[in-house]
Formats: sequence, structure tokens, C-alpha cells
Amino acid sequence: MLNTSPSPNTITIERLNKSYSDVKPGAAGSVHYIIKDIDLVVKGGEFFVLLGPSGCGKSTLLNMIAGFVSKTGGSLRVGDSEVDRPGKERAVVFQQADSSLFPWLTVRQNVEFGLKMKKIPKNERKDISDRYIRLVGLYGHENKFPRELSGGMKQRVQLARVLANDPAILLMDEPFGALDAMTRRIMQKELSQIWRETGKTVIFVTHDIQEALLLGERIAVMSTGPNARISSIYQVPLAYPRDPASTELNELQRRIQSHFDAELEGGMYP
Amino acid sequence: MKLLHKKWVTIPLLWIITFIVWQAGAWIYGPEIIPGPAATWQGAQELLSDGSLMKYIGISFYRVFTGWALGSLLAIPIGLTIGKVTAIRVFAEPFLNFVRFIPPIAFITLFLVWFGIGEQSKIALIMYATLFIVIINTLTGVLAIEEDRIRSARSMGASEWQILLHVVIPATTPYIFTGIRLAMGTSYMAIIGAEMIAANEGVGFLIWNSRLYFRTDWIFVGLISLGLMGFLTDRIVGWLGSKLLFRYGVIHTTALRRR
Repeated sequence: MLNTSPSPNTITIERLNKSYSDVKPGAAGSVHYIIKDIDLVVKGGEFFVLLGPSGCGKSTLLNMIAGFVSKTGGSLRVGDSEVDRPGKERAVVFQQADSSLFPWLTVRQNVEFGLKMKKIPKNERKDISDRYIRLVGLYGHENKFPRELSGGMKQRVQLARVLANDPAILLMDEPFGALDAMTRRIMQKELSQIWRETGKTVIFVTHDIQEALLLGERIAVMSTGPNARISSIYQVPLAYPRDPASTELNELQRRIQSHFDAELEGGMYP
Repeated sequence: MKLLHKKWVTIPLLWIITFIVWQAGAWIYGPEIIPGPAATWQGAQELLSDGSLMKYIGISFYRVFTGWALGSLLAIPIGLTIGKVTAIRVFAEPFLNFVRFIPPIAFITLFLVWFGIGEQSKIALIMYATLFIVIINTLTGVLAIEEDRIRSARSMGASEWQILLHVVIPATTPYIFTGIRLAMGTSYMAIIGAEMIAANEGVGFLIWNSRLYFRTDWIFVGLISLGLMGFLTDRIVGWLGSKLLFRYGVIHTTALRRR
């Protein structure tokens, strides 16, 4: 390694572990790994997808990067500093907007939440929230409460809310998983465009191969937990915006699908 | 039977039936045992004319309101603290579940010894009646907060104090509100008991004192006054809650009844 100081939004993961033991401390017992010996470098500005079936530990890995879940071994660095708690540079977009948005605040107040915590003056807050409310296409809905919005609109609020804090890294945990297919497609397009405009690092968790291929520059395929690892990383050398019907994309989709099928035959799934 | 779904039909109908049953009871058992509506009205006139009824209602209401408000103000921060701090909760929960089964009335004598025979002991009793309901509801509200909401605030840079102020308290508000509304009911129960045993004024005193003159009609007046006081305060509290706290998810129960 010649370059000793990585870019501030590079994520470096080395031999990362998350384990728990099922016996009383002191007694000899087995240790269970949710995540075992993961090595990964996500470059600044990259759109990186974690792909795997449910229960494979991809959300655990994301929560560890977010600083919500502590590691039991290895190292996890953002830029130069070891992650040990949540930080403003790592924004999280949750799968369930209903349990993460603040239902007692309007769309604008939700978007301004982080700015208000930083005690940014009101008129400045309004300028920033205006910009991101427009960016995610919620102009005209500023004074509505989350309960008055559709599922897709709520996820837009979540996106605007984290973007308003200008984080270097976006951590997204199946954010479109609960949306209908059409809304989902629109949200994928818009997210891809916002990423290209803002140049944020994105780590996106999904179990949908097509979604992974439409969005990601690289796709890490995770084996199923326990002992979850990254079994292989696929490069997606396709230009944006991507066409879900293109031959190249479908060819990659077949390759990744057969990867999962092979694991399935190998008896790795329960 | 579409007519029975209309509020203006059901409520007068209910009252008419109540009055018929009441009057029938008076005819069957006689006015000493069950004073009828007319006898009760006359008793009420007597108590109203010398001003004692309104004075007693005022005094009982003052005691309930003061004790309830002070009790709630004390209980909310305690409930939030117990809910937020696991180390405190481990000790507090068994204690709460022990004490909350001791009814306020059981403390009357002790409170008289501790706080004297004046207003203090009555207000302390109502505070006691309010405290545990509000603490337990607040605590439940804190424990019911979605983890994602706290996490999202934390990852947007909120300090622990800001999380308490801007996430925990707003998210707990509907629970706190339910607690203080339920506590209003137990406060009335506690004050009547206290006024029966140790007071010279108040609706409880009226009900208890009427036995000396065998004025069952006055007892009825006292009971009806209590029902009205409770009903009105609950409606006012419910209405205020839905007006002021609607954005936190507080809903007036009458709004639930009809779409």
C-alpha cells in the first residue's frame, strides 16, 4: 500500500467478525459467527451492492458499518478512523419508512431534522430542505405528515432527510423492498441519478438480483449465514442509465442466478 | 334497524330507559331505599339553594385537579428515566409492580399521620393515585419506541439529550396522554374515599355525611355529581388532547366511534 491515507469516504474492512456464544461466560461452549472474516474495500464515490438471500447477514454488515452493531473482531474503518458509533458522515436509509421517519413532523420538518440538531439557522435550513425536497420530487408536499404519503413518497422523504445532512456515505437497507414493482422501478432510476449527481458513496443492500444490476458498479454476493462471507464480487461494466432488458444485463443476471443455484444445490441453504 | 345507528336516537333512548328503570325501582322499593328522579331533583334543589353542592363540587374538583396535575408532572420524568436507563429499570420495575397493587385508600391513615389533616394529605393521596399509572404508561411508551427512529436520529448527529427531547418524548406522548387520562379516573376514586374518612367538605363528605340524616336522595345527588364531574373532565381532557397533540397520534375516543 503506497497510499497510506485513504479518501475520507473510503470504507476499509479487514477480517471483520460478529459472533455470539450460546453458553455462560467461562464455560467451554461453541461460538457462533453471524459474519466471519469479511475483507472488503469500498472506494469513495462507488455504488456498491450487497446481494444475498434474507438472513445472510447483509443487514448485520450494514448495521456494523452504520455503527449500530458492534464488531467482535477485525477492523472496520471509514477513511482513517475506526467505526465505533454512528456518525454524521454515514447516513442510513431504513427499509421501513414508517418506523424511521418522525410521524409527528411534517415532510419539511423531517428533512430539516439533522440541520436543526446542528442548530443551523432557520432560513438556512429552509434553503437546504427546499433543495432536497425538490431533488427527490416532493415539491408541493412539504407540509404533509408522513401518514398522508404513499410508500414511495415516504422513502423519498427518508432520502431527502439524509441528503440534507450532506453525508459522504449512504447506507441503504433494502429501501425499496416494500414498494410495488412500478414505484420501485421509478425509485431505482431516481436513486441512480441522484448518486451520479451527488457523487456519494452508496452501500445498498438487496436480495433482488435485477435491482443490484440496475444500480451497482460492483456487486458483492454474500453466502448465507451463519458464518456469512462475501463469496464473490461481480463487476458491472455497464453504462448508466441501465436498461433492464439489455442482453448484457440479462447475461450477468443469469450468471449471478446460477451462482445462487449452485449454492442451493450444494446444500448451503436451509 | 338503521335508526339505532344514529347518535340522536340512541342517546335519548338510553336516558329514557334509565329513567324508567330508576322510577320503577323507586315505586317498588320506596323512596327511602331508592329515591326516584323527582325526589333526587328536590334533594338537589335543597343542596343547591344553600350553595353547599357547588362548594363541595368545587372543593373535590380542586383537590383532584391539583393532585392529578402535580402527580403527572412528577410521574412523566420518572417514567422517562426508568424507561431510558436499564440499570434503574431493573430495580424500579419490581418495586412498581409491588406498590401499584396497594390502593390509595389503604394509605389514608398513614397520609394523615404524615401530612396532617389539611389539604396536603388529600393532594398527596391523589398524587399517589396518579403517579403509578402515569409512570407505567410512560415507561411502556419509551420501551415501545421503534429502534430505527432512535438510530436514524443518532446517525443524523443528534446527541442523547436531543434524542430524548426530539424523539423519545414526542414518540411517547400518546402513551403519556393515555396514562394521565386513566389517572383522572383513579384520582376521583381516591378523593371520594379520602373525603369520606377525613374531610368536612367535598362530594365524598356529602355522600358519607348524608347517612347520618338518612338522606338517600342526597347520596344520589352526590353520585350523579361525581359521574358528571368525571364525564366532563374526561371529555375536556380528551378534547384538549386531540386538539393540541393530534400530530403525536393522540386521538379523541369519540372520533373513533364514528367514521
